[in-house]
Amino acid sequence: MTISSAGPALSQGPACPIPIDRYPTITLAHGGGGRLSDILVRELLLEAYGNDELERLGDGALLDLGPGRLAFSTDSFVVYPHFFPGGDIGSLAVHGTVNDVAMCGATPKVLSIGLILEEGFPMEDLWRVAQSIRAAADEAGVRIVTGDTKVVDRGKGDGIFINTTGIGVLDEGVDLGAHRIEAGDAILVSGPIANHGIAILSLREGLEFETPIETDSASLHDIATRLRDVLGGDLHAMRDPTRGGVASALNELARTSGRGMHIEESRLPLDPPVRGACEILGLDPLYVANEGKLIAFVAEDRADEALEVLAGHLLGRGAALIGRVTEGPAGRVTQKSTIGGSRVVEMLSGEQLPRIC
Amino acid sequence: MKYVDEYRDEAAATRLLEGIRARATQPWTLMEICGGQTHTLVKFGIDRMLPEEIELVHGPGCPVCVTPLEMIDRAIALARRSDVIFTSFGDMLRVPGSEIDLLGVKAQGGDVRIVYSPLDAVTLAKKHPEKEVVFFAVGFETTAPANAMAVWTAKREGIENFSMLVSHVLVPPAMEAILADPQNRVQGFLAAGHVCAVMGYEEYEPLAEKHRTPMVVTGFEPLDLLQGILMTVEMLEEGRYGVENQYARAVTRDGNAPARNLVAEVFEVSDRKWRGIGAIPCSGFGLRDDYAPWDAMRKFHMEGISADEPEECHAGEVLRGLMKPPDCPAFGTLCTPENPLGAPMVSSEGACAAYFQYGRTG
Repeated sequence: MTISSAGPALSQGPACPIPIDRYPTITLAHGGGGRLSDILVRELLLEAYGNDELERLGDGALLDLGPGRLAFSTDSFVVYPHFFPGGDIGSLAVHGTVNDVAMCGATPKVLSIGLILEEGFPMEDLWRVAQSIRAAADEAGVRIVTGDTKVVDRGKGDGIFINTTGIGVLDEGVDLGAHRIEAGDAILVSGPIANHGIAILSLREGLEFETPIETDSASLHDIATRLRDVLGGDLHAMRDPTRGGVASALNELARTSGRGMHIEESRLPLDPPVRGACEILGLDPLYVANEGKLIAFVAEDRADEALEVLAGHLLGRGAALIGRVTEGPAGRVTQKSTIGGSRVVEMLSGEQLPRIC
Repeated sequence: MKYVDEYRDEAAATRLLEGIRARATQPWTLMEICGGQTHTLVKFGIDRMLPEEIELVHGPGCPVCVTPLEMIDRAIALARRSDVIFTSFGDMLRVPGSEIDLLGVKAQGGDVRIVYSPLDAVTLAKKHPEKEVVFFAVGFETTAPANAMAVWTAKREGIENFSMLVSHVLVPPAMEAILADPQNRVQGFLAAGHVCAVMGYEEYEPLAEKHRTPMVVTGFEPLDLLQGILMTVEMLEEGRYGVENQYARAVTRDGNAPARNLVAEVFEVSDRKWRGIGAIPCSGFGLRDDYAPWDAMRKFHMEGISADEPEECHAGEVLRGLMKPPDCPAFGTLCTPENPLGAPMVSSEGACAAYFQYGRTG
């Protein structure tokens, strides 16, 4: 195994507006609330993802989101490395929160961005991250309406941490969640699983595969909306299986819904390089993180239609029906193995560790 | 996926299961040696698909599990030194020592790192000449060539700040110990395919002869195991003993000659203590005197550290096939993957972890 060099080349956007020779890296003064903080916010962050609301630089955003219930979610992002094949911490921070809001059945509208920067973090990297935040927010149709930036001493952070909070609006009558999951429901997944976790792991550990594995990080708002529009009340619940993977998401929902779930190993969609990596590393893809996949629980007789909607979307390539909800035992997830045996799929204990031989 | 899907085919599995059902006319107890095989059996539900005549007991072939407590304590003592970067395969980090595990040492500020190859630890030593880099060399014969290569490379390149804490064990002496135990119930063995890929299976022949026991060198995919079981059952039913090779696509009688030569150059057979089993003569590898400068035991004078294992952990009985994990009073209560009493609950090859992970609580 070889140690690979740092992150991949990203697409080149406009050059960093803060001249490199002036401030090549973040200093404590950039978080001090004085002139340098102001320069950082105005010349870099607003330049990258500003809009009328954000540029007012008020203490908070005043929102008029119209009638309807709201979905409200927050998430923090500490991924390392900051740049990885197919994405970076900036786009991930937008996708993560947008997806949490979308899984509630809401249309994501606004986002906050909280940055915690470590003294010494390269300005050029911050610019790349900020641009990536902008691109992801535009693509998800959300406005960044408030934010905060803090700087911590060198050694007290890991370059950059991002917190994002999002608000979305629910259409009249939308009611999704574990309480609506019924025995017989089809369990669908929107595409191949485990790509994000394997992409990060291979980069972090310097593992090189013949085919580079990219994160699946993406905003699921659009594919989720289509599913909702077509199925209406027959879409019972959605979940994006991030940390802990599909196994943990199914276990959580089985527990909350008081149902059992049964999936079939042979139906799990997996990209061949990801499957190969999991085999080599001794990892079970069911437990590996995704950042651009959803699991949908759909009324039995609408399963084919739901699969068509997913597979017809750009982000639904490789969507599959992986199993069914059962009456019970409550909270138990089981899997039929490829050779016909069966086993219980438990929650992940600790972290999956690579095998020894 | 090529070379994987062929060995996980439902129709072929059904045919082999029918074969086993047709051949088994009386109860037989088989032991699969290797923890990797245990996991395949439980993960794919094979043990529950077998006819009730066939009982599988799980063997000691999990290197993490059989590493004695005192070796973990030695690793912890080394990892706590401020001049040491301690490197290990991931499984070892959560194995409890007398007071703490290696992850705990890392949380307290020790420089403990996971590596995927012992050669990565040698590279780390080259990068950090100001530090002592120690690699925790745990394993059966399977990992011995790669570990030997690391020490051999360090010697050839004159890398003096690299050393290995060696806790290498060998399969045949453990099989001998199980067969010679008056409580033994095992009538046939599935020998560990990967160990034999390195060492060959010639050395198993006198063992099979002496104890009049069938042994089938077996691979790790579901169909490998089913075929290995079928071959063992056929030998038992026909009253034959000896060594047969199911895993012929990877194993020859003589093994891998370059790998064996390298192992013989660097290591010599030595007595070893096994967790839960005790001391077994000539059951492991230690570094030869020529390689003493790379031996962490000698370099850091670790002989003084010794420890006894906790009484409430029945790992020894599990590892000798005398107890199934759920029969242990601590299983799933006092002992869980989050709070393990013994290594079999930690390792990705441990029998207790397999039973817990795949929901076999009873």
